Order: sequence, then structure tokens, then C-alpha cells
Amino acid sequence: MKDIIYRSHILICTGTGCTSSGAKKMRIALEDELAERNLNKEVKIIETGCHGFCEKGPIVVVYPEGVFYCEVKSEDIPELVEEHLLKGRIVERLLFKEPVTEENIPSYHDIQFYKKQERIVLSNCGKIDPENIDEYIALGGYEAVGKALSSMSQKDVIAEVKNSGLRGRGGGGFPTGLKWQFAHEAVSNKKYVICNADEGDPGAFMDRSLLEGDPHRVIEGMIIAGYAIGADEGYLYVRAEYPLAIKRLEKAISQAEDYGLLGDDLFSSGYNFKLHIKKGAGAFVCGEETALMASIEGKRGMPRPRPPYPANSGLWGKPTNINNVETYGNIPYIIKNGAEEYSKIGTENSKGTKVFALTGKINNTGLVEVPMGTTLREVIYDIGGGLGEGMKYKAVQTGGPSGGCITSEHLDLPIDYDSLLGVGAMMGSGGMVVMDDGTCMVDVARFFLNFTQSESCGKCTPCREGTKRMLEILERICEGEGEDGDIALLEDLAHHIKDTALCGLGQTAPNPVLSTLKYFRHEYEAHIFDHKCPAGVCKDLASAYLIDKETCVGCSICAKACPVDAITGTPKESYQIDDDICISCGVCASKCPVSAISQG
Amino acid sequence: MECCGGNKLTEKQEKYYAPLQKILARYEKKERYLIPVLQEAQEEYGYLPEEILTNIASSLDLSLSQVYGVVTFYTQFHQEPRGKNIVRVCMGTACHVRGGDKVLTAIKDELGIESGETTKDLNFTLETVACIGACGLAPVIMINDSTHGRLTPEKVPEILSEFK
Repeated sequence: MKDIIYRSHILICTGTGCTSSGAKKMRIALEDELAERNLNKEVKIIETGCHGFCEKGPIVVVYPEGVFYCEVKSEDIPELVEEHLLKGRIVERLLFKEPVTEENIPSYHDIQFYKKQERIVLSNCGKIDPENIDEYIALGGYEAVGKALSSMSQKDVIAEVKNSGLRGRGGGGFPTGLKWQFAHEAVSNKKYVICNADEGDPGAFMDRSLLEGDPHRVIEGMIIAGYAIGADEGYLYVRAEYPLAIKRLEKAISQAEDYGLLGDDLFSSGYNFKLHIKKGAGAFVCGEETALMASIEGKRGMPRPRPPYPANSGLWGKPTNINNVETYGNIPYIIKNGAEEYSKIGTENSKGTKVFALTGKINNTGLVEVPMGTTLREVIYDIGGGLGEGMKYKAVQTGGPSGGCITSEHLDLPIDYDSLLGVGAMMGSGGMVVMDDGTCMVDVARFFLNFTQSESCGKCTPCREGTKRMLEILERICEGEGEDGDIALLEDLAHHIKDTALCGLGQTAPNPVLSTLKYFRHEYEAHIFDHKCPAGVCKDLASAYLIDKETCVGCSICAKACPVDAITGTPKESYQIDDDICISCGVCASKCPVSAISQG
Repeated sequence: MECCGGNKLTEKQEKYYAPLQKILARYEKKERYLIPVLQEAQEEYGYLPEEILTNIASSLDLSLSQVYGVVTFYTQFHQEPRGKNIVRVCMGTACHVRGGDKVLTAIKDELGIESGETTKDLNFTLETVACIGACGLAPVIMINDSTHGRLTPEKVPEILSEFK
């Protein structure tokens, strides 16, 4: 049978973000509408992975024009089909509106959010059907593994990766090629490669999107790594909270097996490689490599001291290479285009691109990929569209619970591994949470400490006991019970834990505290000595809200919104808040249409 | 079929363990398969009661304490039955002041369980949480993924009845 040639392709994002905003329902509506109008032989629906612009989901792109529609609901479908597919007119109201200029942008490449990005790892995400291997192959997929197996020696591959300057994208930034070399040099009859997809930082979803949007890229990277170090077996450790990623990986692996891209004698080279998926069971510490391996072995996921490093003694005591999802995602590009081409991107010591999950008080939240060396200002203001109206930039938190805060004085810092460390933050896996002046930094530190404390595995004392004591102090400060000497005690504990904890989780747990102390010490002092929370977040320290009589228009919205009925007044005149009843929840201020309410 | 201790199983027990035997049959007797077996067993039985853990331990040639160690380490595993519907009652400041406590009491009375417990018919699990972040709608509860706000104790039976 001859394949139908369609005149139009509709790409629907079915990543986790768009699915939860109703993409599946919208897809069904679209199918029905196309069938009803007899367009199903002319227009094809394709489900893709994440476009990164989760804020605006569900996202639909119509080709060949490449028109980018956002927030498409099933109710919008009849109009979209009628106008765009039948009459050839763009549906203006569903286009993306630039937050600054308020201009409607039809094409995806012209949207500021995408313009400054350079997509290598995410190049296929949102473009191909992740459940169809042919689409990956059509865009050059599996060419790199073919090249490696048929024309490169193991040492050639390692040299190429070393020369590319690629560093681990999981956070540490260790040179990938060197890691491969160590595992290659280890002598053993059995070796393993592992992909760490146990992405657990609050506010990070880079790996999930890549696995859901382009699973074959990661698999290809792993096969190349396996060949380079001499491993014939690999594991993908994926957290159980990512069911869609697991489903797509399972499908991708079975397709690759059918095509002879996984299994025995790949590309007639005599090289064998098989791949398994291992589901996590809900433990953040399993993102640490030795804990992850313990978990694959069926044990409690607790880390062990290094050395020996996994390259010498890893899974079941065998030499093992373990890299992050995004690291493997870079490999096919490097092998296909060469180290020289790759190393043109980025800064002196950090090559290539980095994917960031941009969240918090920012207009365009989502997933972005930028060359190393891009400044924070470009990421936050050009790509992210800046902060919401009336919000003032305070800091961006990078690296999740292991990272730190970057203030406005460092906005022009080119982002790479070393520059971030230099200002007391870290690259981490790539979470970027933007905070405004309504964010209390002591509360942020408390939030992260609470997270690491509850995720501590309990094996070593500094982490198990130390983080608990730090959390108690922070809780006391947030409750207004802080004492003189608390800051010094926090710093003392922080340095001890950093120096003595067993694994990365413990050693980096104090970072959010140290970083906020470095840049926002005055906030800690205000909490302790003045009994005030400058951001008005800590409820026990918050001062009551006040309504400015002059500005108030007497609309009564605040009085209706107040959960404790603390606001009284006369409609069309003015309202006031009763201090004794007010619980400083801030609902009134957020609802006031004329910004007449502020904290006293 | 024989089980731990070599006692003969009754017909009822055999029926109970049959799905577990099916799961175990697909895996080799190796420690590395403990977590996948536990995951599948929990999917089958809804939680991991002691007799299931004992059975898994002997089938995989592991000690019960080893299995118990793994089960208690990972947050995914539950040793008590969980309800089909998870009710989360917000205990944040705004909800507290606006009668969250009374709503909680009404739910406890309606379901006949305390916070952290599950109803006998396994339909509901009741939990309290710090803040759902919907203070304007206080008092608030969440049932599975949907938020229900501006509650009074009187409204509780009606809302819960949708899930019965």
C-alpha cells in the first residue's frame, strides 16, 4: 500500500506538563473534528515530546507553516480546524503573545523564548514522535553509533569525548572523557554503563523532558559509552515518579532491539550491548552514584565512601561508567560532528550547552537550552521574559538543595561550572528558581534544609544529626525565637557537615544556608534581632497589613477575600484591617485591584 | 504448595498467594530482583503486608530483615493498606482560623477514622498537610488531585459521598 502523503501535520505536545493541562482531551477533540470534516486523510496528528514551554501548554504546532499555538483547549479545536486547516487563516487569539511588546508571534523561531536558545540536546524534542524510531533515524539518529562502531576504535571515541570538553551534566562537572578512560582502563571480564535518571531536585525536570521527548538520543549515547569502555550491559535508573518516561524508554528499547541497534553484533562489528530499565522506589539519595548502584543491586539505597570509584569497582563490584541523562544526550552530536565542532560552543572550561528548568517568579517558565557562557540576565530577561509586573528581582537559586543563590550584582555573570562555584552557587542539574522581593531567604534556606533533612539516608552522623540541628535553628529563627549566636552556630555546623559528610547529598546540604548567609545576612539579623521578616513571609514575624485610605476605592474585594473577616468598611468609601484579627496571609494585598494594601 | 515453615496452605491461602507466585515465577532468585518484585506485589495487593514480605523473603532467599530494611527505606512502599481516595486536609494558618479543625473533625466522624488512617472498606485514607497554598478558599481539602474550598462541616458528607 502506498503511504498517504499528508498536506499538513499537527504536532501536539504530550509531555507531562501539556498532558496535565489537557492535551489528551484536546487530541481526541481534534481527531473527531478531522474525521467529521473528512480531513483525516489530509491532516496527520503527531504526538511529540516537550517543547519546553510548559507554562503555555497544551502546545500545538501546525506544519508546514510552523505556526505555534499555545494554551489550546478542546473548545478551540473547531475554530482551529475551520480557520487554519480549511481557510488557511491563522487563529490570532491562540498565538503566543510576547509579554513585553504584547505582540502576537506566529512562528516559533521568532519567539524570544526560543530565539536565544541553542538546542543540541533538545533539538528533536517537540519535533519528532518519541515513540517512533524512524523519525529519530530520519533526523540523523543512530548515525553516531554507526560511525563509532564501524570506523572508530574505543580509544578514538574516548579521545573525541575528551577533546570535546564535555563535563558531567548531573551537577559535579567531572570531565566525561576522563571518566570513560578510567572505566576503559579498568581490567575486568564484565563492565557496566549506567544512566542516572533519578532526577529528584525540587524544580528540575530537564531529564524527564529529554527522556519523554527523545529517548533514542539517550540510548544512543549509552551504546557509544558502552562500546568505549568495553561494557556489554547497561542500566537506565529512572525514578518511579516518571511513568511516561519509563513507558517511552521501554518502547524505544524494544524498537531499537527490533532494528538490531541493541543486542548482538551491532553494525556487524561483533559488539554486543543490552539495556535494562530499573525503576526507582522513591529515595532522593539514590541520585548519588554509589547509592544508585546499591539500589540496582536490590539493597537500601545508601551511599558508600569513595574510593574505590565506580570506574574501578561499581555495580556488583565491576568497573562501571555512570553518567547523567543530559550527558549521554550530548554524545551523539559529539561523535557525529566531531569534538572540534562541539568545543566551539561554550566557554574555555565549560563546553557545549546546558539545559535549565526555569521556574519561580518569571513570565516564561519552562525548559531552555543555552550555550555555556550565556549570562543570567539573558536567560532571565531575554528568554524568560523577566519577572511578573511589579516584581523586583532578588535572586535566582541554582543547583536545587545543593546549590545557592545569585544576586543582582552577578546577573551579568557568564554561566559555567566554575563561575557559578565562584559566587557560592553551583550548576547542579540545572534547576533555576527566580525569586522576587516577596521571597524570604531564611524561609528558602529552611525549605531546602527541610528537604535534605527528610531525604537524608541516616548512614553518616554529620548528615543525619547535623542537618537536623541546622533545621531546628532555622525553624526557630523563622518563628521569631532566634538567638544571638545562632548565625555563628549555623556556620560552624555547616562547615563541619560539608567537611565530614559521606556523600554529595550531605556535603552540599548546608549550601543553601551558607549562600543565603553570604548575600542576605541582614535578613537573618532582622529575624533574630528586630523580630521582623522583611519579605513578610514568616507568619510569626509578619506585621499586619494596612490599607492606604487615599488609594482605596472601596470595591470591597479585600473584605470578601479575607479568610478571617478582619476587613470592614463601607462600600464605595474605604476599608480598614483589624490588626488583632489579621493573620498576615496576604490574600487581600494580592486581590486588591488598585494596590492599596501593603504590610505596615 | 508449601510455604514458610513447611505448613500446608489452605485453599483460601493458596488463592491469596497465587498472584504473588505468578510475579515471583518471572524472576530469578536474586537479590537484585527484590525491588521490582516488591513494586509488582504492591501493585497487586495495594500494600505490602507481613505475610507477603515473609513469602518474598523466603522465595528470594533473603532474610526478612533485609526485605524489611528495603521496604522501610523507600517511600514508595506501604505496609498498611491505603485507600482508593486520598483525602488531604489543610492545616495552614488561614484554614486553621477559619475552622479547618472543625472540617477535619467532620471528616473523621464521617469516615470513622483518625488522621493517618484508612477506612476499613479501603476507600479513603485521611492525611493532614501543612499548606495547600489556596488560603483564599480556606478552609481547603484535597481529594486525590482536586481541591475543594470554602468548606463547612455541613458540606463534608456531600463532598465525600461523590467518592463513595
